[in-house]
Amino acid sequence: MNLEAIVAQLLAMAVALAGAPLLSGWVNQCRAWLQGRRAPPLLMPFRTLHKLFWKESVVAHDASPIFRLAPYIVFACMALAALIIPTLSTDLPMAAAADAIALVGLFGIARLFISLAAMDIGTAFGTLGARREMLVGFLAEPAFLMVLFTASLISSSTSLATTVSALAHKDFAILPSLAFAGLAFTMVSLAENARVPVDNPATHLELTMIHEALVLEYSGRHLALIEWAATLKLFAYSCAGLAIFFPWGIAEARDHAALLWALPVLAAKLAVGGFVLALIETLLAKMRIFRVPEFLATAFLLGVLALLVHLLLGA
Amino acid sequence: MDPLPALSAIDGVMLVVVAWFAIGLAGIAALHDFRLVGRVFFPLSAALSLALAAFALLALPGAPQVAVLAIGLPDLPFHLRLDALSAFFLAILGLASAGISVFAGGYFRQGEGTPPGLLCLQYHLFLASMAMVLLADDAYAFMVTWEVMALSSYFLVTTNHRIAEIRRAGFLYLLVAHVGAIAILLCFGVLQANTGDYTFANMRAQELSPFWASCAFLLALFGFGAKAGILPLHVWLPEAHPAAPSPVSALMSGVMLKTAIYGMVRVNFDLLGSPIWWWGVVALAVGLATALFGVVFAAAQVDMKRLLAYSSIENIGLIVVGLGLAMIFAAYRMGSLAALALVASLYHCLNHALFKSLLFLGTGSVLHATKERSLGKLGGLMRYMPWVAWTTLAGVIASAGLPPSNGFVSEWLLLQGFLFTGELPNPYLRMLVPVFAAGVVLVAALAGYVMVKFFGVIFLGRPREEKLAQAHDAGGLERLGLLWLTAGCVLLGLFPVAVLEALDPITVALVGRGLAASGSAGDWLLLAPVSAARASYSPILFLLVTAAIVAVAFVLVRRFYHGRVRRAAAWDCGFPMQTARMQDTAEGFGQPIRQIFEPFYRMRRELPTPFDEAPRYKVTVEDPLWAWVYLRIAAATEAASRWVGLLQRGRISIYLLYSFLTLVALLFLTQA
Repeated sequence: MNLEAIVAQLLAMAVALAGAPLLSGWVNQCRAWLQGRRAPPLLMPFRTLHKLFWKESVVAHDASPIFRLAPYIVFACMALAALIIPTLSTDLPMAAAADAIALVGLFGIARLFISLAAMDIGTAFGTLGARREMLVGFLAEPAFLMVLFTASLISSSTSLATTVSALAHKDFAILPSLAFAGLAFTMVSLAENARVPVDNPATHLELTMIHEALVLEYSGRHLALIEWAATLKLFAYSCAGLAIFFPWGIAEARDHAALLWALPVLAAKLAVGGFVLALIETLLAKMRIFRVPEFLATAFLLGVLALLVHLLLGA
Repeated sequence: MDPLPALSAIDGVMLVVVAWFAIGLAGIAALHDFRLVGRVFFPLSAALSLALAAFALLALPGAPQVAVLAIGLPDLPFHLRLDALSAFFLAILGLASAGISVFAGGYFRQGEGTPPGLLCLQYHLFLASMAMVLLADDAYAFMVTWEVMALSSYFLVTTNHRIAEIRRAGFLYLLVAHVGAIAILLCFGVLQANTGDYTFANMRAQELSPFWASCAFLLALFGFGAKAGILPLHVWLPEAHPAAPSPVSALMSGVMLKTAIYGMVRVNFDLLGSPIWWWGVVALAVGLATALFGVVFAAAQVDMKRLLAYSSIENIGLIVVGLGLAMIFAAYRMGSLAALALVASLYHCLNHALFKSLLFLGTGSVLHATKERSLGKLGGLMRYMPWVAWTTLAGVIASAGLPPSNGFVSEWLLLQGFLFTGELPNPYLRMLVPVFAAGVVLVAALAGYVMVKFFGVIFLGRPREEKLAQAHDAGGLERLGLLWLTAGCVLLGLFPVAVLEALDPITVALVGRGLAASGSAGDWLLLAPVSAARASYSPILFLLVTAAIVAVAFVLVRRFYHGRVRRAAAWDCGFPMQTARMQDTAEGFGQPIRQIFEPFYRMRRELPTPFDEAPRYKVTVEDPLWAWVYLRIAAATEAASRWVGLLQRGRISIYLLYSFLTLVALLFLTQA
């Protein structure tokens, strides 16, 4: 573990913490443009976070310590996820501590705590949100893992950093297994980040929503941490997708010029990715909650198919 | 190293067994003195469990030790042997039962239907017989102790024998246990290959033909599977576990199921020598079916102990999947990969023993405090029982297989094993096995759902009944037991490299290869079972960084903003008339799973009509295998007995006619 690697690690963390709300702001802007509305400023998410941090936290009488602990744990999990996904450089000391399976476990533990916190107050909406969140989770988690397994098999490593650098060194070719995996990944990330067609981040109607019902009782700094964590999750998923399917431009070990170059490349890739996300959200309609299992089961099967295709064709 | 140089480990283990037996007999002397039994005997027994674990851990790296006890029939002494595999399972027994026995000391207060002294005898017979099963080195000793284990646990299950339902559950358990025992006996019969020598040493020396070896494998899978609860022999588990007192459920689920796994490993990897590849596929398929079935049914349960029983079925399934994978690798002589899969399986045995015991003990405390087992009538207990709630939370995280708990480590190892199946020479297997991996991942994710339901409905939210406000937290001894198991779950999750190094002698003995547990020698931080470039995981680093981010966020928020909190009524979109009944019930929380996996269940719904004055909604979920397999077997047996019954006329002349006809037939046969 050398100093440079730690600097790169801290840099990645800073980029994630600052870039995540920015990405959300950008997606909101794009969606507003596509829908013919006037767009909110790019820095709107920061202002919202700032506002929420200043506000008082209102906690229900019945709340247990889990309720107050959960936002911090969720935030820490998402921040750690941003540390182990190669965003700028593949020379990450933390990558050895947690591989692709641990990454899925990390999202799992965040989901466990936010669901428990939602059940903690004992309102109808909270338990409804928790149930739906776990429903999405138990289908999305294996699908995501199948995507990661496909990439791991291609690079014969479950370490994300090794996987990404192996994929980056491959000649440009559309691998059929990665095509399936990419489709599965897109579907999973839409579901996991509470996006249309599974959930709608733009509305606050609790009865139909998942994420909103889950965090209904939160306010003030707790809500701020959860919202920040949600943007971090979107950022982490986007970076994971970009790193696996478009790994070019990520710096390798000890390459200062590449590290400097990696930041604008990442920004450009995220800008395109965010626009595509806004486009998907504009073109699709939200589906009924009972359709969500089918949607995610499709993603899961596509993931399994990707794995099989890789083993059959070796590509 | 050895603190007692005069005492070899096997002697130590036998001493513990004898001491347990003595405690049991002492219990008979103090039949109704539950204070003596609870405050003295059970804590003493827990200390003996610790001693057992210590002896076992000492014996783990050493050479096998043998002993011969002249008990029982003349010419048939008990052969005992303590090798690495036995030592590991003895360590599981010792570590888990230490916590359970301490807890039991606080738990058995009123003596639940059976006098406490008698309970103490049954309990310690059960412990002693489990230890002897793990030591046995010949079929005779094994079967005798196996039966003692089944019988003592039967009496423990039927502790509350005045309730008809519990007697029925106990009978079902005894029945399945004996069907299994017959298969095990037959398996040993095949393994000794007509030599008449039933020692394990002789069985190891025999070279069976593939046909007979396969017979032995299938008999062992059936026989031990009946005890472990693999599909379709699982039916006794969800009946017996809720019927038994909680420490007994913990012991049965945490430890007794593992003796069956021990039997499978002993027969398949040790006595049979090298496995054939399709055995592994059978084990994989059965294991995955068991795991999926268990978790899907766990999601639909409304009784907290029944939910845990189904979750045990799921975990046993995962363990068998690991064994199957190890068999496939071993069949193709891929030693280090077989070692990886076997280690994953054994590690999961250890983890499951600890976290499932912990969860069962937690439900025991809840049961004592509230007299309620139904999830639909619990809720909000975190405020009244914080000790139980927080320790159970640790068990829940482990059971859901989430980092940095111990449950995650074994699942991680198992998935790593699956990722190497691309190196198998058989192309069909190469294709098939990833599908199994997908199934395992699905099971692991569903386990999270089940655990959120379990914890959330019992401990979080608002109490669904008035009386829950009077619930009291666990007492001192109970807390000690819960804390011991919690500490086990946490430490096994944080120091996996130490566990893997301890498991090395077993894999060396069984599949010929060890596992390079860490990326570089002496690096206890980083778990990298194959190579650091291939895969690595460091739970300590993981936990430290997470904790650091939590701490930094906590401090910075207070530094730059403020830490004010206002307590108010729950918001709930401003709806003022909230009651505790508006929360999801256990049925409600399981509803999405019931809907998705509808074909798995046999469901009966009673829906109210819109004009019903007192509407009631009821849904019952039943096990379809009960109707498909067991009721059919019962019907076939009844039909067969009806045919045989035609012979019984109840008149002496007709019976004499039978004798006459038999004689004539015999005469005819001997003439010819």
